[in-house]
Amino acid sequence: MSEGALLTIEGVDKTFGGGRTLFGQPRPAVHAVQDVSLDVQPGETLGVVGESGCGKSTLARMIVGLDAPTGGRITFDGRDLAAEAGRDLRRLSRDVQYVFQDPVASLNPRKTIRTILEAPLKHLTDLDAAGRRERLEELMGAVNLAPSFLDRYPHEFSGGQAQRIGVARALAADPKLIVLDEPVSALDVSVQAQVLNILDGLKDRFGLTYVFISHDLSVIESVSDRVAVMYFGHVVEIGTSRSVFGRPRHPYTHLLLNSAPAPGRRSLSAEDAHTELPDPYNPPPGCPFVPRCPRATEICSTAMPPLEGEAADPGHRAACYHPHEHGAP
Amino acid sequence: MTAVESAPIQPARKASGRPSATRLLLNNTLATGGLVVLAAIVLIALAAPILPLADPNVTAPANRLLRPLSEGHLLGTDALGRDILSRLIWGTRVSLLVGISATLIAAFFGSLIGLVAGYAGGRIDTVLMRGIDMVMAFPYILLALAIVAVLGPGLLNALYAIAIVNIPFFARNIRGITLGLARREFVDAARLSGKSNAQILFIEVLPNVLPVIVITMSTTVGWMILETAGLSFLGLGAQPPQADLGSMLGDGRKILFTAPHVSIIPGLMIFVLVMSINLLGDGVRDVLDPRLKSGALSRPVARTAVTRQGLVPDAAPDPAAVLDVRELRTEFHIGGEVFKAVGGVDMRVGKGECLGIVGESGSGKSVSAMSIMGLVPTPPGRITGGVALLEGEDLFSASDERIRQLRGSAVSHVFQDPLSTLHPLFTVGDQLVEAIRAHEPVAKSAARRKAEELLRTVRIPNPAERLKAYPHELSGGMRQRVCIAMALAHDAKVIIADEPTTALDVTVQAQVLSLLDTLRAERDTGVLFITHDFGVVSAICDRVAVMYAGQFVETGTTEQILSSPAHPYTAKLIDCVPVLGEPDRRLDAIEGRPPMVNDLPKGCAFAPRCPRARDTCRAAPIGLTELGDGRTVRCLYPLTEDGDE
Ligand SMILES: Nc1ncnc2c1ncn2[C@@H]1O[C@H](COP(=O)(O)OP(=O)(O)O)[C@@H](O)[C@H]1O
Ligand code: SF4
Ligand code: SF4
Ligand SMILES: [Mg+2]
Repeated sequence: MSEGALLTIEGVDKTFGGGRTLFGQPRPAVHAVQDVSLDVQPGETLGVVGESGCGKSTLARMIVGLDAPTGGRITFDGRDLAAEAGRDLRRLSRDVQYVFQDPVASLNPRKTIRTILEAPLKHLTDLDAAGRRERLEELMGAVNLAPSFLDRYPHEFSGGQAQRIGVARALAADPKLIVLDEPVSALDVSVQAQVLNILDGLKDRFGLTYVFISHDLSVIESVSDRVAVMYFGHVVEIGTSRSVFGRPRHPYTHLLLNSAPAPGRRSLSAEDAHTELPDPYNPPPGCPFVPRCPRATEICSTAMPPLEGEAADPGHRAACYHPHEHGAP
Repeated sequence: MTAVESAPIQPARKASGRPSATRLLLNNTLATGGLVVLAAIVLIALAAPILPLADPNVTAPANRLLRPLSEGHLLGTDALGRDILSRLIWGTRVSLLVGISATLIAAFFGSLIGLVAGYAGGRIDTVLMRGIDMVMAFPYILLALAIVAVLGPGLLNALYAIAIVNIPFFARNIRGITLGLARREFVDAARLSGKSNAQILFIEVLPNVLPVIVITMSTTVGWMILETAGLSFLGLGAQPPQADLGSMLGDGRKILFTAPHVSIIPGLMIFVLVMSINLLGDGVRDVLDPRLKSGALSRPVARTAVTRQGLVPDAAPDPAAVLDVRELRTEFHIGGEVFKAVGGVDMRVGKGECLGIVGESGSGKSVSAMSIMGLVPTPPGRITGGVALLEGEDLFSASDERIRQLRGSAVSHVFQDPLSTLHPLFTVGDQLVEAIRAHEPVAKSAARRKAEELLRTVRIPNPAERLKAYPHELSGGMRQRVCIAMALAHDAKVIIADEPTTALDVTVQAQVLSLLDTLRAERDTGVLFITHDFGVVSAICDRVAVMYAGQFVETGTTEQILSSPAHPYTAKLIDCVPVLGEPDRRLDAIEGRPPMVNDLPKGCAFAPRCPRARDTCRAAPIGLTELGDGRTVRCLYPLTEDGDE
């Protein structure tokens, strides 16, 4: 993969279940992530977009070490991430952190904010008590919350405030990479913007790299430098945000973009009701988008199309035998 | 940036509306009674050594079997002439001690097993829980007997036996709770904060399980006292001459007919003791159980209470409107506070028209919509003003029977979560047939044909097959289509759709929206459509009302509102969402939060967040101003079309 990447994911698979029962029966396995390869450059925001169940969160949990891949390799800063997470999650957690979708559920209801934010400082840094106190104030300032909040309990916070605490916790140990899994999806629109703006500011201030996951195309477009589109466990298109949104190549990306409501857009293109995903217990050999794809031909069902670059723009790759061609950018 | 925007947000101290746990407990008369009786018994038992009591174990054959109230022996004597009062108090002491110790031991080990099994999951869980299942497979008392048989009779061994027998009860309860907690996000978060498994289990998970442990203890200690008494009664517990309640009962058994008081007195004591503990335990459970906390104990009635006092606007019904709501006010009365969730709202939906209500969560969109058919739970909700006219008929003064007829036929609902409408244990077909037959006396087979037709109407492929499916076998989008089919079962005049596509994926959302849009055109059905998304509004609504803090702040056609919002809130709400195709747009966040509806300001509710606010805005309530073309705005200084800033 490309030189100088902060995070490299190569051919990663994740299946849940599987194996055998006590009596030797094979257990069904869900293929949540299949053969995903991508890399994240230092300082960029990689957006990951896709519909529910396409494997976004599974990918995210593997990057932070909460789940181990069943195949392939994840490298962070030259270190084998999965092996390190298995041995000592703390070492990885100093560099890679996570922001959860549900801000309130990610805070222990019986702990004060101070206790919650002190945990990463205690376990992941060498700060002494005075250093921790200073850092706490700094963190609260960074997410624009008054220090007097520290002695409150999570239920006293609105969703937006709770999510800022979630961001502060992720920032605490001064990580290099933060994986944000639908960080604003549970928030009201007016609060979404507050959190998005704070995230934007923090990135410059602390020199962070983001992997930003969302199902919301407009949010992804507004935050990402590059975008990966996922469908049924695969990355089906990846490229700079401008090229993926401006000149989408994969038919699924087209469908997504045409389905998204936008103020002033009167009619959305709606397919027929045949939108069922393939069976994740028994994935088809070819392109999983075949049943919904207007461009599908016989070859599509034979094997999964490789993720290939465009002649004019090799960095803009799509996994499709018949991608939309746009010529030179 | 203004000063307001850059100042860090200060916490808003709000008075806690919930009474303290102790007060809640004391409000419960039975539990308080239990507490008083138990406290008295415990105090007397504790005081046994200093009370002027006869020695409980001294026999006096000359004084055997004296009746109660005899000289020197208030409760009489037993077969060996021992003082029953003294034995009763000392015996209660022993029984309490054994019961409580057994509870503590069972709670400790049971909870530990439950915590570890639930947290570790997988193999460890399987092994531990199969062990527990094995213990549970034996009849209860038989197991206790077997344990005593192995260990030998004696009070301490009886204690162990009772504790062991009760471990599974704790283990299972605690494992269930832990299992749920261990998959919660805060546990993952703790792991990423560098905590070890033991730290997570005992520092993060345990505090959340503790209330359940306490509940389980308070509801089992009574049983354990009974069980100890049972073993002693059989002669396997307390050994002579030591008294406990069970052995006293056992002693009296042989002379039950000649000297009933010898067994009746300890029997009564056991009854009073266990009863008081159980009453108190139930009270403690009610206080600590979060499901019972929110006053959910009082079951809501089937229809929202209407208490309109002189607030009924004299309505000349708008003939063009199917649904015509005027001046609707809905309030929640909780613990002495009044939450004005809806504060005077007018909604008019014409035939085949779609009216959108847009606003942030908590602005009162759902309560407005639910009030129409009386679906707001009472208590705590009540409609305190306004009328809702369905083709001229006032729904708020209609009979319960009439409302029942209208619900699901003339007015039907589609909710955000289809699973709240669909029953998980019946097939889609059965539920549709039932919905059809609820309002139409047709045969089952005819209803089934109609159900199939409905599924075809909502574009579900292969409808005959799908009728046999259970809700969980369908995808979210399919389920929502079934709900729409159900709403269409009786030629609804109005469909009230509350965020029907919010939980759906974009491609599915597009399908459901275009389906609703086609259907309302085909059938001339009015739609009241609630959403927080201006993109969705554009796709389906003809007219829009923007809601803030329980009131409409602006109404107009979709085009008008989107292209030239007049209310500062509308403008801000549009500007704070990213728009597809405009990645470089600066997101203009609205700082601050909406006001609480139990503490609304006197003047404009948006003033604290409004960049245009002046003193006049805060002085008095702001009325709706007509802007022409059916547009209204609730603002003294609205934005005008030529975009003055
Ligand atoms: N069952 C209820 N008991 C008490 N308060 C409620 C209840 N339902 C809604 N509310 C309150 O009514 C207000 C409006 O809520 P709602 O109509 O659900 O808002 P929206 O649909 O716009 O998100 C909120 O302050 C909410 O807390
Ligand atoms: S590979 Fe074939 S089926 Fe898959 S997206 Fe491309 S054209 Fe469609
Ligand atoms: S009335 Fe005043 S405070 Fe309220 S929205 Fe209008 S300008 Fe702002
Ligand atoms: Mg709502």
